[in-house]
Amino acid sequence: MAINFFPAEYEVIRNADRCIACRVCERQCANEVHHYDADLQKMISDETKCVCCHRCVSLCPTRALKIVKSDNTFKENANWQAQTITEVYRQAGSGGVLLSSMGTPKGYPVYWDKLLINASQVTNPSIDPLREPMETRIFLGRKNDQIRRDSRGNLITDVPPQLQLNVPILFSAMSYGSISYNAHESLARAAQALGTLYNTGEGGLHEDFYKYGANTIVQVASGRFGVHKDYLQAGAAIEIKMGQGAKPGIGGHLPGAKIVGDVSRTRMIPEGSDAISPAPHHDIYSIEDLHQLVHSLKEATHYQKPVIVKIAAVHNVAAIASGIARSGADIIAIDGFRGGTGAAPTRIRDNVGIPIELALAAVDQRLREEGIRNNVSLIVGGSIRSSADVVKAICLGADAVYIATAALLALGCHLCRTCQAGKCNWGIATQRPELVKRLNPEIGYQRLVNLVTAWNHEIMEMMGGMGINSIESMRGNRLMLRGIGLTDRELAILGVKHAGE
Amino acid sequence: MKYVIIGNSAAAIGAVEGIRQIDAASPIVLISKEPHHTYSRPLISYLLWGKTDERRMKYRPDDFYEVNHVQALLGRAAASVDAKTRVVILEDGGRIPYDKLLLATGSTPFVPPMAGLEKVKRRHAFLTLDDAKALERDLTSDSRVLIVGAGLIGMKCAEGIRHLCKEMTIVDLAPRVLPAVLDETGSAIVQKQMEAQGISFRLADSVAEFTEDTATLKSGEVIPFDVLVLAVGVRPNTALAESAGCEVRHGIVTDQNQRTTVPDLYAAGDCTLSHDLTSGQDKILALLPNAYLQGETAGISMAGGAHPYDKAMPVNAGGFFGLHIATCGDLNGESFITQSENSYKRLVVRDNRLVGFILIGDIARAGIYTSLVREQTPLNTLDFDLIREKPQLMAFGSAARAQKLGGAKA
Amino acid sequence: MKRIYVEEKWCLGCHLCEYNCAFANSGMDDMVKALKDKPIRPRIQIEEGKGVNFAVSCRHCDEPLCVKACISGALSKKDGVIVCDRDQCVGCYTCILVCPYGCILPTEEGPVQKCELCMNSRPGKPACVEGCPNRAIVYEER
Repeated sequence: MAINFFPAEYEVIRNADRCIACRVCERQCANEVHHYDADLQKMISDETKCVCCHRCVSLCPTRALKIVKSDNTFKENANWQAQTITEVYRQAGSGGVLLSSMGTPKGYPVYWDKLLINASQVTNPSIDPLREPMETRIFLGRKNDQIRRDSRGNLITDVPPQLQLNVPILFSAMSYGSISYNAHESLARAAQALGTLYNTGEGGLHEDFYKYGANTIVQVASGRFGVHKDYLQAGAAIEIKMGQGAKPGIGGHLPGAKIVGDVSRTRMIPEGSDAISPAPHHDIYSIEDLHQLVHSLKEATHYQKPVIVKIAAVHNVAAIASGIARSGADIIAIDGFRGGTGAAPTRIRDNVGIPIELALAAVDQRLREEGIRNNVSLIVGGSIRSSADVVKAICLGADAVYIATAALLALGCHLCRTCQAGKCNWGIATQRPELVKRLNPEIGYQRLVNLVTAWNHEIMEMMGGMGINSIESMRGNRLMLRGIGLTDRELAILGVKHAGE
Repeated sequence: MKYVIIGNSAAAIGAVEGIRQIDAASPIVLISKEPHHTYSRPLISYLLWGKTDERRMKYRPDDFYEVNHVQALLGRAAASVDAKTRVVILEDGGRIPYDKLLLATGSTPFVPPMAGLEKVKRRHAFLTLDDAKALERDLTSDSRVLIVGAGLIGMKCAEGIRHLCKEMTIVDLAPRVLPAVLDETGSAIVQKQMEAQGISFRLADSVAEFTEDTATLKSGEVIPFDVLVLAVGVRPNTALAESAGCEVRHGIVTDQNQRTTVPDLYAAGDCTLSHDLTSGQDKILALLPNAYLQGETAGISMAGGAHPYDKAMPVNAGGFFGLHIATCGDLNGESFITQSENSYKRLVVRDNRLVGFILIGDIARAGIYTSLVREQTPLNTLDFDLIREKPQLMAFGSAARAQKLGGAKA
Repeated sequence: MKRIYVEEKWCLGCHLCEYNCAFANSGMDDMVKALKDKPIRPRIQIEEGKGVNFAVSCRHCDEPLCVKACISGALSKKDGVIVCDRDQCVGCYTCILVCPYGCILPTEEGPVQKCELCMNSRPGKPACVEGCPNRAIVYEER
């Protein structure tokens, strides 16, 4: 075009001394950035197509490549930054809504990084996790308020069906369609190996994965894609998706190009049609309607499966959670505003919702105040990046965490945030067979198992350091946390003291 | 069990290795007219060319006979075989009794009657190591060499000694070079390659008369020469077989286990009549791979096992000053030809099977074509367009590939 | 005996096996020095097709046709591995003509070369297996 408003964001730097022209970069870039020029007898790179996914960098056998941010600059401007200006150019050209993938990259405060964890010393000895038993098993579901015994003194254990997890970490919802079959297989097999669960997301459950049903949460989202009786029976739990942290208030969006073959069949919609989920569930317009759906699902599955209600973290999340806790749901999943997505309008992803840390603290506090904390378990997600985040989340009141971005990173994602284009070079966010092949579930599931196992060991180390030997003793234990660099208001909402106090 | 083998080349060695697959202990006696440790005859031209030496020409390591418990009687010729008493009688009078005998006697150069041939002083055959050494001794940088015969032996000899002489001419009755191996197009390509090395050809011609240092051709031309090499052809050595009473039809007649018509008497290699899978005809297939495989089958059969060899066919691989050819099978059928500046490919199809091919220049992965011929693979089970493009396993379906590549069978 | 097997399902046709093979057999310790500005000579070869890729290398057959056809005795079986004495090979290419997998390769200097399971350079860890990014190549007994 005559005027180029979008100079390349990234430059491909090739060390000519090291390049052996093996063409792996050319063969493995779905964006066709690299090619071998037979006349010049060297590799040429077209950086305008580069999305900074690092596939070429990771595979280059002589480490000849790197991707750097272009130093082509606008005049420095703290207010009108390059990204902001470019987005205006984009909309002036397309007239369309900006779409983005993965969690917001904006510089909002990360509260996990302003919380510090306690360790025991002198007065309260720490526990050595290599020598003492550490309980990381948890049970999600409604608990009784009191311990009751029968006439013979035996415990009465009539709780509704619980989900048993070996680790306090689950794989969050990522739909089949937004991610590939091989990615789903990796998650399913890893969940099985780890003794935890993964989530189908709103794309339905492929028939090949019914065998992992005991480790599957089946999701019922507003579009009801793929929802039928066998689907509900197949999972270990059912999750009603009321909202998603990355795009609160709107439904899911999968472009028609990704609705092919098995994806179309599993979702029960025609190939090529865009899969746009409506913003509300059109049969849920009040908390009573939600109560109705929860019980309909329980009826349909003979009250055997816990029902999870997933909400996005928004302003009055505490009140919403309170309502859900009274609706018969067994578990509430809260998704913070940093959560990832396959595709969402950029403005909503970057500006709507609140941090999970604050939402979690507020919900846990409210439910305790209303005496209904034991009605539900809490799972939180929305950028849990490490085992430290997990520990902090549990101390703030979560029973378990959902991870998604971290799981995709384990599978090879490099956070290039171009999922919506469907050309994921790592075989994750694509349906193209030649790309999906790149994610070998043998490798993928092993890496997921490695990640969660590593985090679990670290959690045990930190717990031991705190002098705690079970997750349940850590849950909601705000005294184990101190804030640092937080205002009084933030400390109050989080319910933690400042470091030093 | 006493095994006796007459011969010391590929078929004989194949037999030793075949016997030892089954019978590790029983004695083997090997009788060889030539005095040398087993060596590869096809390598004699490479020896003269400088690509190998007498040490590296050995077909098996120095300790081969010892390791395989073979008593090798080298430099002793067998004169006859008494099949009734089961004894091999040597020319020097020795008597070697046997329980099982293998005739792996190979072939001998054929010398046609040619007027004046006896006058030629420096006249050579080109089949054995001693032939090659004798030829080399006679060559000087001024030598003018005349080679009668443009078949494989004559042409390889030419390649081997071209750098050792001043001039070279090759004469053949046939109108083209390598007539038994290539087609017209192929012959022309190879001829051109040889001519570029300063070799002249007189084809569709023959020597009418020799003097001591000239050859007068039928066409009338007179060619002066210093050294003559006769490479007109070879004949199977069947005298011993005939003396034993075996059926011989040009070559020694054998079944698929290499048994002759005489009990406990086996034959393998250039001296036998083979059944060509691709043309359906019986013929002599004087080719090393064939000889070895027949020898191995014979050995196994002699030792009481069974590994029938029923896939004999012509195969030839060779190079001429760097231009490689690879040929197989029969040329009767429908041809698919691809020719480019530096390669020629002809695939011949008959009855839904690949029955033969010629490759010149680019011979990479030719074995894939050969296996189609050998296994008589129905072409409608493959993607023939892919096969025509180049030899590739992609032409087979993934199920066939899983079998081929998922296991390890020849 | 362990052999190299390629899973078509996972082969991406990226050719890294070829480059790793060529490097492992180059006798040099730096890949750039070994392969830069030179045509590579791998002993494993990728075949590319429509949506299907796979690599082919010597199957180390129990009944090796190449060994039986070899006119010089340069090809032999050592502990189950088919090896070529490149000093003895004269480059007649009969083995290439008979190998049903097309996995023996001609070279510019004459003697053929083929996969020998990296027995000389890195026994037990063939370079193609280690270098495959998608675990499409395995080294196992079947």
